[in-house]
Amino acid sequence: MEVGTFVSWLRDAASTMHDNASYLTGLDSAIGDADHGANMDRGFQAVVALLEESSFESVDELMKKAGMTLVSKVGGASGPLYGTFFLRFGTALAGVSPITAEAVGEAFRAGVGGILQRGKAELGDKTMYDAWAPALDAYDAAVADGSDLAGALTAAAEAAAKGRDATVPLVARKGRASYLGERSAGHQDPGATSTTLLLESAARTLA
Amino acid sequence: MKKLINEPGDVVSEALRGMAAAHPDRLRVDHENRIVYRKDGPRPGKVGLISGGGSGHEPMHGGFVGLGMLDAACAGEVFTSPVPDQMMAATRGVDAGAGVLHIVKNYTGDVMNFEMAAELAAADAGTEVLSVVTNDDVAVQDSLYTAGRRGVGVTVLLEKIVGAAAEEGRSLQEVADLATRVNDNGRSMGMALTSCTVPAAGKPTFELADNEMEVGIGIHGEPGRQRLPLAPASEIAAMLVDPVVGDLPYQQGDAVIAFVNGMGGTPLIELYLMYNEVAQLLDRAGITVARSLVGNYITSLEMAGCSVTLLKADDELVRLWDAPVNTPGLRWGV
Repeated sequence: MEVGTFVSWLRDAASTMHDNASYLTGLDSAIGDADHGANMDRGFQAVVALLEESSFESVDELMKKAGMTLVSKVGGASGPLYGTFFLRFGTALAGVSPITAEAVGEAFRAGVGGILQRGKAELGDKTMYDAWAPALDAYDAAVADGSDLAGALTAAAEAAAKGRDATVPLVARKGRASYLGERSAGHQDPGATSTTLLLESAARTLA
Repeated sequence: MKKLINEPGDVVSEALRGMAAAHPDRLRVDHENRIVYRKDGPRPGKVGLISGGGSGHEPMHGGFVGLGMLDAACAGEVFTSPVPDQMMAATRGVDAGAGVLHIVKNYTGDVMNFEMAAELAAADAGTEVLSVVTNDDVAVQDSLYTAGRRGVGVTVLLEKIVGAAAEEGRSLQEVADLATRVNDNGRSMGMALTSCTVPAAGKPTFELADNEMEVGIGIHGEPGRQRLPLAPASEIAAMLVDPVVGDLPYQQGDAVIAFVNGMGGTPLIELYLMYNEVAQLLDRAGITVARSLVGNYITSLEMAGCSVTLLKADDELVRLWDAPVNTPGLRWGV
């Protein structure tokens, strides 16, 4: 896979976040502070600006720069979390060639590990991790079954969507929604939703 | 949405331009990094104090930059934490060789971004950084199953008291220890009569009927712990004071700094009416008010409502509270 393929992912993710900005902010209004969509849109538009200004020789350099841009532009908790994902994802791909489904799996694992380390969330806390964790498991299982990259990413996106839907009845235990206590139940987690959008975008573009 | 704005996306940067224009004697603003600096800093040998957070809480934090309080404040988007780049730049900008204290309110985003900034500063080498996280909101249970208590009203009192201590030339460790002591002795609880509208969202974060109120709110327009029927001020005061007093607990004979804070949309006449109720409740509990503060200091845009903060205060804290301060938001003794 070439650098251009990963550039396509970032561009597609940016337009997806833009198209879903109101939807994400609406979800965040119910149990958070009504800024998730605007923040993700601003962050990914900055990534697009980065792609316009610079060209990248390697996937790891591209992903690390994109990660630093998200950290700098998104703000909130989502900036450090998504930024850390891309930083670790890129670092894991440094010097890797060719980039196989297994290599993407290793990078995926490193990225999710970074989110876990920074966010300290557990499964069922009603956070983005509830989408990331099953997505990573599904990806690994698909690769183990002999699936190619496209198949594995599709499985990951489907598992993320299931994880996202499963956040609805949960009572939040991390992040701003946790301040609502029991009242956070009955709402879909905005972070798990944007994670699913990002992985669906990967499944569309990284194949 | 009816607001005095041009474009929703320009609210923070244009407000910072206004602060710079209004207070050229006291403030210097780095517009690119969105940092409000004290005009006469950094001062050699003085510990640098920086804070920051989402915008929409004015005068906190930019309005608390100046003599006797903060050296710099980083402004994020409305209700969104600033980013590590800003905190790094501010840390470098206020470092006068005595180290820098980060004052962080306990919100997931703020804590993560300040942590990343501290890690980057360590890698960058040079500046010694310590952090204090405020978490005084008794509406949130502090347990493994939440993000912990929110940092609210005590942050204002802490920035004033710790600012005075830094002005005296105390060491970074002494200033950090004092900050921890202030946070440990302060508790707050807030309520809302209305929601507020984040400019980028364009509509109120939640809907409240005319006969309803939210109790146990934070400062980001988020709904509170409970929605209750609207009640007289005397009953609302008890709903705020009782859990605060019971939590530390504040006891008969204790002296406190009592702070009735407006959320941004409540007139001062109602805040004084509330303060009267709060003072009576404290008097009945045998708690002495050593000093008081009434007004809009840590707000949630145009939300109507208030919060009550108590800080158990010994003679030293009262003396530091009384020390000169000259900021756009608080000014006395100068």
